[in-house]
Amino acid sequence: MDSIIEISLVLLKGIKVTLIVLFFSIIFSTVIALVAGLSRSSSNLLLNKFTGFYVEIFRGTSLIVQLFWFSYALPGLFNIHLGSDIWAGILAISLNYGAYMSEIVRGSIAAVAPGQTEASIALNMSKFQRMRMVILPQAVRMMLPEYGNYLIQILKATSLVSLIGLTDILYYGDIYRSTHLSEAPIVYLLVLIFYFILALPLIAFTRKMEKVSKKGVAHG
Amino acid sequence: MSEPIAKYRDVHKSFGDVEVLKGIDLDIGPAEKVALIGPSGSGKTTIIRLLMTLENPTSGTIEVNGKNLWHMESKNGLVPANEKYLREVRGDIGMVFQHFNLFPHMTILENCMTAPIHVKKESKASARKRSLEMLEKVGLGDKVDLYPSQLSGGQKQRVAMARALVMRPKIMLFDEVTSALDPELVGEVLEVIRDLAKEGDMAMILVTHEMDFALDIADRVLFLNDGVIEADGPPSEIIGNPQSERLKDFLSRFTSSNYSHS
Ligand SMILES: Nc1ncnc2c1ncn2[C@@H]1O[C@H](COP(=O)(O)OP(=O)(O)O)[C@@H](O)[C@H]1O
Ligand SMILES: [Mg+2]
Repeated sequence: MDSIIEISLVLLKGIKVTLIVLFFSIIFSTVIALVAGLSRSSSNLLLNKFTGFYVEIFRGTSLIVQLFWFSYALPGLFNIHLGSDIWAGILAISLNYGAYMSEIVRGSIAAVAPGQTEASIALNMSKFQRMRMVILPQAVRMMLPEYGNYLIQILKATSLVSLIGLTDILYYGDIYRSTHLSEAPIVYLLVLIFYFILALPLIAFTRKMEKVSKKGVAHG
Repeated sequence: MSEPIAKYRDVHKSFGDVEVLKGIDLDIGPAEKVALIGPSGSGKTTIIRLLMTLENPTSGTIEVNGKNLWHMESKNGLVPANEKYLREVRGDIGMVFQHFNLFPHMTILENCMTAPIHVKKESKASARKRSLEMLEKVGLGDKVDLYPSQLSGGQKQRVAMARALVMRPKIMLFDEVTSALDPELVGEVLEVIRDLAKEGDMAMILVTHEMDFALDIADRVLFLNDGVIEADGPPSEIIGNPQSERLKDFLSRFTSSNYSHS
């Protein structure tokens, strides 16, 4: 019992880094996903192809390798320093998940019934108004459940930043285990529980979004 | 007849290798009510989608209110219309679709108010007033805060008409607006169109299979067959006293009543 409390107190020290990485990764990957998803839906071929290239690069390579690139390779090769390792971690996760999530944005925009565009043309809306007032609100409703799932995945992905030396929950778990080898099972059990508790609000959010998205969409 | 509101000149339209419209010449008067009939696949929808700028013609010209729809003047003569020009010309045209195409994420009232506020830059108050008037007119004054999914098909189609009317189009296009409805809901929609037709000042093109209805409200009936207008005249002639074999054959499929009205 004592060791459970002792280990928990150690893991708590890592929660700040985990939450910071999670928070900024969610914000940035969401913005990236929207911008990239809209670019992929655009009729501008250059924009479309360029974004497609980005998406395939980041989906086609592993997140761990991307993390190492941003924190070790880029600074060494090009003398690009991202301030501190935490920003390297956030950037890698955001670009990686932004690429994945842009595909939901693109897919949802494409899934809005063509009749919706036609009706808004018949009401003489501009291209921008059609996207903003008719297509996107419906596309967003469609993407919400999958978006929630990705948020949970981002939380899980944040544990990789311990590999580039960031002091998150898993990092402290590893440190503790290295000096208390016999307690490894209980350490990692507690690490799991910590992550699960952090995931609970995201799971609840996803459930709620599934309900929201059932309403107010014209499929076609 | 005064200047036509819509004017087609030798309009052709192909999808890939298939020529769907094979030279359409057509003038629609400013308050004329035109019924467009013809077999499925003859190009009826395409004719009105061209006017609504949902498709562009392969060749030929279409004018609305004296302005070329798809080409605009520039220093270098006529050039393809850009979005800004299209929006100027398109403002006189409204359309009601077979499958309603209401915005599912907006209430009935929002469906009607959005375009006048954002497209015509009307004040919220006046857009609201006008939308409520139009919803009242189509008999849905008590449903304005519901969402489309809460309405029957006939009610949805009446909302779609109110939404188009709020924009004060000079010509309104109806594409088989009752054919997706349960039979018992057709009447309420036709009733609204009949009232609009009686009011008189707006031109209307109705693609329809309701021959009785066409006979009743149309000033003029066009029979489209295989991409050309085969017959054009008053309903009493075209529907009441058809001449060509093809037209007779087409009309014989609509058995609901005889068309030998005077
Ligand atoms: N976007 C399109 N792409 C390819 N073919 C089309 C398209 N729209 C219509 N068509 C074809 O053009 C023909 C005429 O269609 P339409 O105007 O819808 O006829 P109608 O309304 O009289 O039934 C049909 O054969 C249809 O398959
Ligand atoms: Mg049709």
